Amino acid sequence: MEDQNKLIHEVTQRDYRFGFVSDIETDTIVKGLNEEVIRIISAKKDEPEFMLEFRLKAYRRWLTMKMPEWAQLKVPVIDYQEIIFYAAPTQQAKYESLNEVDPELLRTFEKLGIPLEEQKMLSGVAVDAVIDSVSVKTTFKETLAERGIIFCSFSEAVKHHPDLIQKYLGMAVPYNDNYFAALNSAVFSDGSFVYIPKGTRCPMELSTYFRINAKNTGQFERTLVIADDDSYVSYLEGCTAPMRDENQLHAAVVEIIALDRAEVKYSTVQNWYPGDKNGLGGIFNFVTKRGICKGVASKIFWNQVETGSAITWKYPSCVLMGDNSVAEFNSVALTNNYQQADTGTKMIHIGKNTKSTIVSKGISAGHSSNSYRGLVRVAPKAENARNYSQCDSLLLGDTCGAHTFPYIEVGNSSSIIEHEATTSKIGEDQIFYCNQRGISTEDAIGMIVNGYAREVINKLPMEFAVEAQKLLQISLEGSVG
Amino acid sequence: MLVIKDLYAKVEGKDILKGINLTVNAGEVHAIMGPNGSGKSTLANVLAGNTNFEVTHGSITFNGKDIFEMSPDVRAKEGLFLSFQYPVEIPGVSMVNFLKTAVNEHRKYRNEKELSAGDFLKLMREKKAMVQIDSQLTNRSVNEGFSGGEKKKNEIFQMAMLEPTLAILDETDSGLDIDALRIVSNGVNLLKNKNNATILVTHYQRLLDYIVPDFVHVLYEGRIVKSAGKELAFELEEKGYDWIKKELGE
Ligand SMILES: Nc1ncnc2c1ncn2[C@@H]1O[C@H](COP(=O)(O)OP(=O)(O)OP(=O)(O)O)[C@@H](O)[C@H]1O
Ligand SMILES: [Mg+2]
Repeated sequence: MEDQNKLIHEVTQRDYRFGFVSDIETDTIVKGLNEEVIRIISAKKDEPEFMLEFRLKAYRRWLTMKMPEWAQLKVPVIDYQEIIFYAAPTQQAKYESLNEVDPELLRTFEKLGIPLEEQKMLSGVAVDAVIDSVSVKTTFKETLAERGIIFCSFSEAVKHHPDLIQKYLGMAVPYNDNYFAALNSAVFSDGSFVYIPKGTRCPMELSTYFRINAKNTGQFERTLVIADDDSYVSYLEGCTAPMRDENQLHAAVVEIIALDRAEVKYSTVQNWYPGDKNGLGGIFNFVTKRGICKGVASKIFWNQVETGSAITWKYPSCVLMGDNSVAEFNSVALTNNYQQADTGTKMIHIGKNTKSTIVSKGISAGHSSNSYRGLVRVAPKAENARNYSQCDSLLLGDTCGAHTFPYIEVGNSSSIIEHEATTSKIGEDQIFYCNQRGISTEDAIGMIVNGYAREVINKLPMEFAVEAQKLLQISLEGSVG
Repeated sequence: MLVIKDLYAKVEGKDILKGINLTVNAGEVHAIMGPNGSGKSTLANVLAGNTNFEVTHGSITFNGKDIFEMSPDVRAKEGLFLSFQYPVEIPGVSMVNFLKTAVNEHRKYRNEKELSAGDFLKLMREKKAMVQIDSQLTNRSVNEGFSGGEKKKNEIFQMAMLEPTLAILDETDSGLDIDALRIVSNGVNLLKNKNNATILVTHYQRLLDYIVPDFVHVLYEGRIVKSAGKELAFELEEKGYDWIKKELGE
């Protein structure tokens, strides 16, 4: 027993494997936040007037808002005057080939295990890689362009498709939605934009690797995915961040709009630097993600594997507006050491015959705290709405905590809402069984945890699933008891 | 191969094994019988290294090495296999993935190359035929939702995959139907050779018709109180344990 605890401890105490800082010249502006800074950001990006107005409106609103307080999260005070709100790699030229790209940057990608060339040639995945705030390289653009698919950085979209931006920006997440959404709306630097035209099935997974790089730079990504009538797209978001001491703020916004019969699958593997074993450092991850099933029979699927960040606050949600629309939230959230996560989803049923499914798998180890917070709301007019929720917690050791807060508000009596929840501890007998077959405790834990999360991992696109499995195992190195 | 000397062990503060002595040589089959709660599974678990059981005295050498120096997974890779009386379920972990990891860990330990996916599947097919295990079972999660008998069959299938030098079968016969008992026993016999050994823990003489033991031991209140040839099993089947208790003067 002693030994096992020790081993479990060692397994979870392994250091973060993606911790390195790459040495790319970065063009940053002075730290701090005021209207002038926002004007500079907008000017640097050469934005049209409506964007500046959007930002300023959001900023002024943000000034009147207060940081939310949470029951289950302990968040240190954030000094916004100490944050640099804009950083872009200085080499901003558009490259024709990878040879022209800063070799240091390419090495960074390699360390992350995503050599662009290979991605380009082998996997058929178009990669819009965001280092800090400006998109550096976009691939497969031509193939996509042939079908009228737009996949580019947010800044480019603002330049080339201002009409789409103006129409949809803030539709799912209004600038005044919450404290961090307002902040993001004011200062967001870049992100990705996707538009799938009517009747088009995107032939490849669209993937963006985000990465916080410049020291002391808050990251404010903004992603907007629009799927027009009868279209389909699968979007992958993955990230790893380099190790550093100070806490870093990350407040992204993702908006999805699905029109009639459109289907959007949005998958995330999140591995921001979680801080060290003692809870020092790590990313603060305050994300607002929301999709609107705007059209009839539209579908939105959120799939996520969250292993990183010191503090995660995130509820990918869906508003099921269109009749017969369908939404799913499939999540694995793993916390270790002193990580804190408060995640879940909101499913808002407005249309008739709408259906939502929630599968949440929490894994807690070390001294971490892992909460599921979910809301299922059925509006009075949402006839025959259905929701099924399943929230499972797996505890590794007895110094961690898991909490479940399901909120249900039903305004229509024809709806059917089902909720199931379980909490279990990883079984010593399971570990011993694996040991007896020659499998080390470390591998056994990885295996058992992956088995537990399989239902969700299976929803991820293949190459992501493999990465997610490794990540779950790596993240637990040092943690079971 | 296995030498147990004056072994004492306890669980939850209670003494269970109270001075076990047993030597098992390569090529031998030993049967251990005894009343419920006498410590048979405890002995099996101590051999396999289950840390719920605390060894308080004695020594065990396996292949000439001190077994207490080895972690449970190393003992397994040294060739010790335990067919569990109650195999656990591991939801979401496929049999294929589980066994592939197990087999390759064994191979790595012996400095052999890992099996390719193709070779592994071939090996699996071969061994599945040997114990006549349903393909559908091996496509499922480890033991999840398996019937009692299926779990036992699955244990022997794993044994066939791992080819241990010392197999400890803890009541593998309990829960098997008549045909399955024959098939499983046949599998165990096929795996037997002069370099490996088997310890059978059982309550019934019936199993010993199929797998013929060289020695039968009676474990009673944490001690081996009687050892003899296979005829002892018949005697026990006929008379129960009372006469042994009497012999012990109880
Ligand atoms: N984890 C445990 N906690 C408490 N007592 C235990 C534990 N494991 C075993 N015991 C006790 O140790 C004694 C020996 O158990 P063991 O399982 O070794 O018996 P056995 O000979 O295998 O019996 P059976 O024939 O019923 O399988 C029993 O009294 C049992 O209740
Ligand atoms: Mg027993």
